[in-house]
Amino acid sequence: MSSEQQYIELYEQARQVIFDHAPEAMNAVRDEAFEDFRRQGFPSKKVERYKYTDMQKLFAPDYGVNLSRLQIPVDPYEAFRCDVPNLSTSLYFVVNDMFYKGEEELRSKELKNKELRSNFHPSLPEGVIVGSLRDYPELISKYYAHLAKTSEDTVTALNTMLAQDGMLVYVPKNVKVDRAIQVINILKATPSNAQRQVPDLMVNRRVLIILEEGAEIKMLFCDHAADDRHFLTTQIIEAYVGNNASLDLYCLEETHHKNVRVSNVYIDQGRDSRVNHNVITLHNGTTRNKLDLTFSGEGAECQCFGCVIADKQQHVDNNTLITHKVPHCTSNELYKYVLDDKAVGAFAGRVLVEHGAQKTSSQMTNQNLTATKEARMYTQPMLEIYADDVKCAHGSTVGQLNDAALFYMRQRGISLNEAKLLLQNAFINEVIDHMQLEPLRDRLHYLVEKRFRGELNKCDGCKLCK
Amino acid sequence: MLEVKNLHAKIGEKEILKGIDLVINDGETHAIMGPNGSGKSTLSAVLVGNPLYEVTEGEAWFNGKNLLEMKPEDRAHEGLFLSFQYPVEIPGVSMTNFMKAAINEKRKYQGLEPMNAAEFLKLQREKRKIVELDSKLANRSVNEGFSGGEKKRNEIFQMAMLEPKLSILDETDSGLDVDAMRIVAEGVNKLQTPETSCIVITHYDRLLEMIRPQYVHVLYKGRIVKTGGPELAVQIQEHGYDWIKEEIGEE
Repeated sequence: MSSEQQYIELYEQARQVIFDHAPEAMNAVRDEAFEDFRRQGFPSKKVERYKYTDMQKLFAPDYGVNLSRLQIPVDPYEAFRCDVPNLSTSLYFVVNDMFYKGEEELRSKELKNKELRSNFHPSLPEGVIVGSLRDYPELISKYYAHLAKTSEDTVTALNTMLAQDGMLVYVPKNVKVDRAIQVINILKATPSNAQRQVPDLMVNRRVLIILEEGAEIKMLFCDHAADDRHFLTTQIIEAYVGNNASLDLYCLEETHHKNVRVSNVYIDQGRDSRVNHNVITLHNGTTRNKLDLTFSGEGAECQCFGCVIADKQQHVDNNTLITHKVPHCTSNELYKYVLDDKAVGAFAGRVLVEHGAQKTSSQMTNQNLTATKEARMYTQPMLEIYADDVKCAHGSTVGQLNDAALFYMRQRGISLNEAKLLLQNAFINEVIDHMQLEPLRDRLHYLVEKRFRGELNKCDGCKLCK
Repeated sequence: MLEVKNLHAKIGEKEILKGIDLVINDGETHAIMGPNGSGKSTLSAVLVGNPLYEVTEGEAWFNGKNLLEMKPEDRAHEGLFLSFQYPVEIPGVSMTNFMKAAINEKRKYQGLEPMNAAEFLKLQREKRKIVELDSKLANRSVNEGFSGGEKKRNEIFQMAMLEPKLSILDETDSGLDVDAMRIVAEGVNKLQTPETSCIVITHYDRLLEMIRPQYVHVLYKGRIVKTGGPELAVQIQEHGYDWIKEEIGEE
């Protein structure tokens, strides 16, 4: 039986349950998504964009799906100290794939932690929405599943056919949200009073971001696994970035080796808009991040930074497609990997400059360190240019730490281990230093150093992940 | 301080050192000269434990300890320092972090607590003066974007910070203008004490006029073929090496 069969059967049998527990606007595209999923099936490794990660294998195991939306209680107080403690953010939680409203729960905890109390769902500038997809049917029917075309990607189709909730972020015209929005994605399979055996869990997460003209927001997503089950997450983020709007997006994954994450991010940029897209993988099992970014309006700019640290049997695959549809846009990509033990990394980046997209400026760089002979890195930078007045460059390196530098440091009395650490840190800091959110940057320097020292097994300072 | 006996070493399959004997006592300065390719840099590399070279025979003792059995970092902790002929650039590692790591690892080796930040900065400021090194360089990556002269002065700065017992200066004068050479030489002289020793590898006697060695050795084809006083350096400067080759029965 091929891997897709169980999902087809699930949908056919549980269609009514799915519909009953999801908002109408999401149901409206569900059957079509199902048809698209059935037609496409999971891609084999012969499909170009899925060459480096075996989807058939990832989706083959039997996971439970929480279709009837049972609440899994979670204590945000415990989760809070994860991630980026010094960052003053507006804090939200998504538990598995459910937007966590739990104000009452929070109140009943009589939170001693003032910081959390004042950060959790604070008041936002007028008209700004950060909430559940369920509560905003008009926006959903206007924007949902338009960028993330189910006809073009199986995982997108699968997510759209199963997703029942998600997060909506809406910023009205010319409104700037100064305080970063931090979303903690918590994966948890165990209800607190669970007596019975809990299944491994599949979650289908959904985020819709709409920035009207001149709007600005910074979003930080932190992925955590709160118990030791196998998780399979599909995630779709759709972001409409209006004319002259600005979006900073940070996705930080600190999960564990039993976690599979398949994320598809779709971004559409209007005229003179700015996007910073940052993806950081510190701990994971198997991760596949896809970014499809399209310039629809002239004069727009995007900066994409990726930072991967993987060891043991971890697998991290970043796949990007940046489409320059119109002239005068700038894209810049820098992805850096440090791979140890038997880790596998992949980076496939494609920049497509369409007819007439003159004065495009595009730069793509992927640099990788492999610390052992068993670590593998696949890198594939691609440029496809149909305009004749553009400036595009791409480059890729895979290598080891510089022996001459290592010896120089040892001669000064720095032990081999410490010297390696300094060099690895220096290597990865180049990409971290590009990230705009300063407290996150400082935190990442700290986390990365601990990670290299092997002192960071999962995330740090958080009861939840122990 | 240092006793080298019948030292042989090779790189790949090529034997470069073919039996070096050398004794250096506390407070002495020795110069090693010799034509290109005679093994001068190899000797310094082997003494500090560069893994590219393999010692095939012989011994080296440093203050009573078997040098050849020690890791490069431990040789440094014991007080051995090499001023590199080509200092390595290390992008992304700041001079300050680099020096802090070096100092604190040495202190750890000696069973001391890490130096606190204020002490460290003070020390760094003092030592920088010895070689007139610009304080702006402290925030830059190690040797990255340094001029040739700055790199060499930076080597002597590190030497000042680490206070080694035996310093090997591998062509520290190469690529330096007259003024920079004076600064480097004065720096080295200031750091000399009756308890420290120095090996100066050079092609020219100009540096040796400023750093006065008691002994001059000529290294040729992997062996020390002649040893003399400072006057030997002057003779070499005037007549080259041919007369020495003749003396040992070569033309």
